Amino acid sequence: MTDTATETWSVAGRTFTSRLIVGTGKYADYAQNAAAAEAAGAEMVTVAMRRVNLSDPTQPMLVDFVKPDQYTYLPNTAGCFTGEDAVRTLRLAREAGDWNLVKLEVLSDPNLLYPDMEETLRSLKLLVADGFDVMVYCTDDPVYCRKLEDAGAAAIMPLAAPIGSGLGLLNPVNIKLIVDQTKVPVVVDAGLGTASDATLAMELGCDAVLMNTAIAGAKDPIRMARAMKHAVLAGRDSYLAGRMPKRVYGDPSSPTTGLI
Amino acid sequence: MSPLTLTIVGRYAVHQIQLNGELRQVQSATILALVEELSLDPRKVAVERNLEIVPKSLHATTTVAEGDRIELVQFVGGG
Repeated sequence: MTDTATETWSVAGRTFTSRLIVGTGKYADYAQNAAAAEAAGAEMVTVAMRRVNLSDPTQPMLVDFVKPDQYTYLPNTAGCFTGEDAVRTLRLAREAGDWNLVKLEVLSDPNLLYPDMEETLRSLKLLVADGFDVMVYCTDDPVYCRKLEDAGAAAIMPLAAPIGSGLGLLNPVNIKLIVDQTKVPVVVDAGLGTASDATLAMELGCDAVLMNTAIAGAKDPIRMARAMKHAVLAGRDSYLAGRMPKRVYGDPSSPTTGLI
Repeated sequence: MSPLTLTIVGRYAVHQIQLNGELRQVQSATILALVEELSLDPRKVAVERNLEIVPKSLHATTTVAEGDRIELVQFVGGG
């Protein structure tokens, strides 16, 4: 039997035990953020790059709470709408942190927050040529996912639903198709709302899940982080165990012979 | 003030640069001095000068000149 606690997965040569990647946005403060990441058992966190606040250099800094020597930072390109913006942002992230594993997200529309896949694919090629290992946020279109993999994506990260929507896995069939066809890790990213959503994603065979608002937006983010940790472990174990076949008719669990 | 005006204050040259999108008068002659002038921790910021990354190893020797466009960025929370 595989022990879920010691089983690992790898992306671009980096190996992780936790299959729950968490965001670091929308928390009440960085202290709560750090407590949630710890409760989630996360080893990798997404981060954004923004201008330093010059009017108040004493403001709390993420790196002092969610420390880069404890977590693998996955810098994102949130707010970028072109490949050039994404490359510029991630070059700064690489300089700030001296590592090259990144999350590419190129969005199309500020309301839908849906990925612009044409521009995402073009951006991916620019980043790969520049030496980045790129985990790519994308739509759940298996055809585009294959194009991303062929272009050198380090991981394919299809959305469950729009960012921050909490709608859960809207198209499990497509996620399953993507899992089946993809050789690099598949990480469901965005749109999960509650623990059972994470379990379902893992039961489909995803290598990991990535979430932010599902934890940060809960009434009790620390408890939800813990729930998500268990949900991901349960879903992974359930996938590895292989579920029983579904049947239309009942099948008794107690012996049908030796009745009194 | 025209963008090319150079004012001498004591022994320091004051340059007008575009810092994080805003016009700003600074005294520092190098990136490292600028980061310190702004009371920032040089280990925690990344610097771009005129759209080129300035590696930390070059902060002390990269000059800040009149009209430069400089971005100082850091990691913040995000999803």
